[in-house]
Amino acid sequence: MGKISDDQIYDWLQDVKDPEIPVISLVDLGVITRLDWQEEHLTVHMTPTFVGCPAIDYMKQDVIDVLHQHGLQEVDVKITYETSWNSNMISDQGREALRKFGLAPPPKHNLIVDIDVLEHATCPVCGSENTQLKNPFGPTACRSIHYCENCKETFEQFKPV
Amino acid sequence: MNTEALKEMLYKMADDQLIIGHRNSEWTGFGPLLEEDIAFSSMAQDKVGQSYALYQMLNELGEGEPDTVAFMRNADQFHNCTLTELPNGEYDFSLIRHFLFDAAEAIRFDMLTRSSYKPLADLSIKIRGEIRYHTMHARTWIRQLGNATPESVERLQNSLNEALPHALGIFEPSPFEDEIISSGLFEGERALQAAWEIEIMKVLSETVLQVPDLTALSPSYGGRIGKHTPHLQPLLDEMAEVFRSDPTADW
Repeated sequence: MGKISDDQIYDWLQDVKDPEIPVISLVDLGVITRLDWQEEHLTVHMTPTFVGCPAIDYMKQDVIDVLHQHGLQEVDVKITYETSWNSNMISDQGREALRKFGLAPPPKHNLIVDIDVLEHATCPVCGSENTQLKNPFGPTACRSIHYCENCKETFEQFKPV
Repeated sequence: MNTEALKEMLYKMADDQLIIGHRNSEWTGFGPLLEEDIAFSSMAQDKVGQSYALYQMLNELGEGEPDTVAFMRNADQFHNCTLTELPNGEYDFSLIRHFLFDAAEAIRFDMLTRSSYKPLADLSIKIRGEIRYHTMHARTWIRQLGNATPESVERLQNSLNEALPHALGIFEPSPFEDEIISSGLFEGERALQAAWEIEIMKVLSETVLQVPDLTALSPSYGGRIGKHTPHLQPLLDEMAEVFRSDPTADW
């Protein structure tokens, strides 16, 4: 097999979705941080969104499975904090997918997240900014719970970190 | 770099996160309101996950597998501060402990983003971002309940008085303190304590709670060298029950 381009790998990895938010790929989530080739052997560097993310082992296996399906045999996945994940790393395409899924994408921030940033969630249902933070902790480590004063819907936001 | 000093430091941080994480998880299903149930459960997940990452780092330095290290030691081999092992008590005590402990760890991991040990500095950037949500949660409730009813103020005041000597035990100096500081691993427990006092005073001064003279209190030391309260061993027995009966079990 000839050398496969990194773009091709990223393209294939678009098929690997976050198991808890199945509309966004790991690539768009920004957790694939580096591809490291040693001859024919590929090491995919991956970093968790949250240190205690229980889905990381599933994602790791999914990456290996998908690349195997494309005929790439020598693959491993390295979990690393060398490039620390933050929510600004979610791609525009990923943000749009989150919004369509009903999950407010995290606002871009200057890496110093305080309560003001977290409180300003835009309702993914009606687009209103007249919303209230209900709980900085939601059903998974990466989501907070908000309420929209305009359309009266409770919604979740992918937390800015 | 002195590897023994580094390991000693990582063990106490990992053990702190594991034990406070376990205590937080004991609120699952028992929170005074649903949001608090979820909050303490989420923080438990974060903290246990962070302990795992720290045990993993120790594993790379030649220590045992994370599960073995977490589940197979007895109380006298744990290095967590006594504050983390105290029973949850009522919600007011858990809240005060959460406030005092998390304020310290937020500053600790912020300082550690500048550690000379690169893997720890990298991980600390990540952990710092997560803990911000924990300190935000603690501050919000301390400000609200510390200015609410006579009962809420009295409860928090009693819990504060009870927890403070244990909170000072967070900063029990390491036998390697000088080397840790001179090698740039960490700025040291004394610097941490000074920054922590400023931080907790800032929040408490916005409430009607009274802070006793900290210099007049005698800190509850010993946790860092394996001398614990009688509360730790039963916690470990419960936490390790499944692993000790079947180390290959998945749960």
